[in-house]
This record gives sequence, C-alpha cells and structure tokens, in this order.
Amino acid sequence: MSTEGLGHHISSRYNEDLERLRSSVLEMGGMVERQLTQAIRGITEPDASMIVEVAQEELRINQLERSIDEDCSRILATRAPTASDLRLIITILKTITDLERIGDEGEKVAAIAARLGMRERPTNRYRELRNLGEVVSEMLHDTLDAFARLDTELALAVVRRDRVVDEEYEAIHRQSITFMMEDPRSIRRALDVMWVVRSLERIGDHAKNVCEYLIYLVHGKDVRHTRIEEIEKELHASKG
Amino acid sequence: METVVKGMASGGVGGFPPASDIDTGVIPIRASGRGMLQVAVDETRRSALVNAPVKARVEALSFHYGPTRALDDLNLEIREKQVTALIGPSGCGKSTFLRCFNRMHDLTAGARYEGRIMLLPEQMNLIGADIDPIEVRMRIGMVFQKPNPFPKSVYENVAYGLRIRGVRSQLRLREEVERALRGAALWDEVKDRLAGSALSLSGGQQQRLCIARALATSPEILLFDEPTSALDPIATARIEELIAALREQVTVLIVTHNMQQAARVSDYTAFMYLGRLIEFDETSTIFTNPARKATEDYITGRYG
Repeated sequence: MSTEGLGHHISSRYNEDLERLRSSVLEMGGMVERQLTQAIRGITEPDASMIVEVAQEELRINQLERSIDEDCSRILATRAPTASDLRLIITILKTITDLERIGDEGEKVAAIAARLGMRERPTNRYRELRNLGEVVSEMLHDTLDAFARLDTELALAVVRRDRVVDEEYEAIHRQSITFMMEDPRSIRRALDVMWVVRSLERIGDHAKNVCEYLIYLVHGKDVRHTRIEEIEKELHASKG
Repeated sequence: METVVKGMASGGVGGFPPASDIDTGVIPIRASGRGMLQVAVDETRRSALVNAPVKARVEALSFHYGPTRALDDLNLEIREKQVTALIGPSGCGKSTFLRCFNRMHDLTAGARYEGRIMLLPEQMNLIGADIDPIEVRMRIGMVFQKPNPFPKSVYENVAYGLRIRGVRSQLRLREEVERALRGAALWDEVKDRLAGSALSLSGGQQQRLCIARALATSPEILLFDEPTSALDPIATARIEELIAALREQVTVLIVTHNMQQAARVSDYTAFMYLGRLIEFDETSTIFTNPARKATEDYITGRYG
C-alpha cells in the first residue's frame, strides 16, 4: 500500500476520517518528539521551566491518545474496515500506545534531568547520556517520518539501530558500576544516570515497535519477535 | 488478468503446497533482545483447512448466454464441509457461476457451458450433457434470495423431495422431516404446526424451511444465492449461525453482496470480477491482506 492509496474510497467521509486519524497520529508523534528533545536538552543545559513544559505536553499527549482511540473505535463500529484499512486502524491503535509510553519515559527523563541539574556535574558533562539521547531522538524522528511516508526501508533502518542502543545501554551500565566501585559518593548520581539510560533504551524499544507495526501495515506481515535478518529476507522475498 | 489462487502451486496435496513447504509453526523469536528461543505456534486451525479434501473441482469453466461470455475460464477447488463465499460486484458472474453447480441454466435459450465441474470423489461432471439434471439437483441443493416455500403445509414442503425420491414409508418420512427441520434450526418453532401452511411462517422461518427442504434429500453441496438479502438482521444472524453449523454435514457455497457476511461465515473466499476469478484464498487472508489490488479495492470500498 502507499500513501496515495489511503484515499479513493467511494465514501468521501471515510477518506476524510482516515486522513484525519493519520494526521492526528503524526501530530501526537510530533508532540512526543518535542517533549523528548526538551527532556534530553535538560540533561546538559539545566532549565527550570523545562520540567513544567514537559509535564504539560504529557497531558496534551494523553488527551490526544484518548481522542484517537475513540475515533478508531467509531470507525471500527461504523465502517467495519477491511484489508489495508483494517491494518491502518490496528496499526494506529497500537502505535499510539507506544507513543504515549515514550511520552511517559520522556517525562521521567525530564524529572531526573532536573535533579541532576541541581547537583555538581561530572567532568564529561554527561556526554554519554547526550549521545544516547541523540541516537534515540533520531530513531523516533525517523519512525515518524517512516510513518508519514509509509517508508518501510526507513522503518527497517530504525529496527536495526535498536541494537546500537542496546549495546550503548550495556556500556553505560558497566561504566556506572565502575564509577560506583571507585567512589561510593558517586552512587546516587550513577543511579540517576542509569534511570535515564533505562528510559532512553525503553524509548528505543517503543520506536522499534512502531516500525514493526508499520511493516505490518504496508506488507501485511507480522514481524514482531523476529530476527532482523529474517525480516529483511521476508520483505525482499515478498517484493521479488 | 492472471488469477491469484493461493495454494494451487503444483505438487501440493489438494492444491496446497507440499507439506515440506508449509510453515512448521516453529519460528525463532528474540527474548528480551538477548538471545534466541523457539516457540511453537498453534497451527491447528490452519491444518484443518489444509486437510479438508476437495469436494468439487472447477476446471476451465466458461459460460455463455448466447454471444455473451458470462464466465471466463474459472479454475478453483471447493473443499468438503467448508464454506466457500463468492463475492464481487453486480454482474461479475458469481450467481451465474453458482447456478452452474445445479444446472439452473439448462432451460435458458442459448446457454452454453464449457469446461467441467467435477464432483468428487466419483469424478462426476455436473455440467456433462450425459448427466441428468434431476440427479444433480438431488445431490446439490439450492436456497434462493427470497424464501420460496411451496403453498403447502410445513411438513409437505420438507417431505416433497423425499416423496419424489420414492420414499413411501410414513415413519421414514416423519423421521427425515424432523431431521431436516432440526438441521435447519426450525424444529422447535414449527413442531406444533407442521400441518399449518408454510406461507404463514415469518420470512426468516420460511428461509429456514427452504434450507430444511434442501437438506431433506441429504445433498452433498448446498448453494446459497444471497440467502439473507430479504431478511432483517436477527433473521440474518440466525441463518448465518445455521450456515456455520451446516458445515458439519455439508459443503456450502454462498453468493453474497454483504462482504461482512462473507467474512463471518466462510472459510474460503473467491473474488470475481467481469466473469473472471481474480483471487481465491482463505477468507482470513482475503479480508486482512489480499494479494490483488482489485480485491483490496472492492472489499475496502474503493473505486479501482
């Protein structure tokens, strides 16, 4: 399926309903992305108003999630969608759950960033956190891009990048343990760093989930819990 | 246009891929991103479908009304004790196709069949010139769009086909009538008014009576031509329930304009367009991930 394929229903109201739904998801994604960027910036550039703004954004995200949920139920009840329309609704219902959870994790990052900001910063100024944050933000950005364009190649690239995040997570984990052993006074800070890294890693997982739903939407194949090599093989087989 | 008939690949049993090609149900998954483990997937339902033997095989079937070609080279397999739905826009030939199965076109001037519809296991060609249409209709029952009971008693409606078959024993007739009425989920509603006129029943009851009438001669295939289009939603739901239950005893072929009905009651769905078979597959696949764009456009309500 392609983005142009979304229209062309005999019922123009159905077209409008689906199109509006799709743009709402993108809008929700945009809000989540903005919130995450703010939270990550907060780690290295303390900003007192940041935490309030992030919390407000979180409320708007939750409201939008509920309204998209409602629209999906209404369309399911009144239109009994089939084939790609059905896959679109299912994909959206699942996607907004993951987006909302990214919002939750973003809020956690913001709260800890505010706490870290009040204490003395380490010499590297949390460079590793910022790096991981950038990787994860980019994953989210590409996920939304892939969603907007129904671009499964881009979605696959995001799924692939989740491994980098997992590796980085392990590395920071080990590093934090070393810090804690060397200097017990750093334990509190190291634990906070771990919480942030944990949240970022979860965000990566959620972005990956959305990309997997997207592959289902476009190709009708459920690729969850499948190794990336097999996903690639299957997608290329279905194209050839 | 080339037809997509999933599972018609060569070498498979009954049109499905050979067992070695079928997914074994074991797929590797990544457990929390840190290792591999194997899980078995429940494939019971799928294997039930795969194992159903073929009841009728349609081979290169074409049909003409005079100079007009209404069906063009249809090839598909109808599986035993499964429900196969025929869908497609008006004029696509689905009713014409259905009517070929019990020779309803025989009396139409200028009608001409080509190809074969083989009834298995005995390989009887249903549209063969040497085959008696009365014999065919005993084995292939039909239920129409509008309920059409005979203007006789409820009992006589069901007993009629048996009497034609030469059943004379009153005891046997009573047993068979009850069996057919129970099979059509109508017995409890009419058991006290068997002598009453069939025309005094409600529309939904009349339609179930027609199903009972068709069941009385123990047909091998039951054809339904839009059986619920004249019924209200509750009577429709009853008929759909009944079709699902009939699967226990008979092979069902149903033409319907109501796509959700096809999705609900059938195991297989054939999509037809302009006299051709465009796609044939398991119903769940047709309605979630059809292979052809024409199918997708039709079932999602798009113009092509």
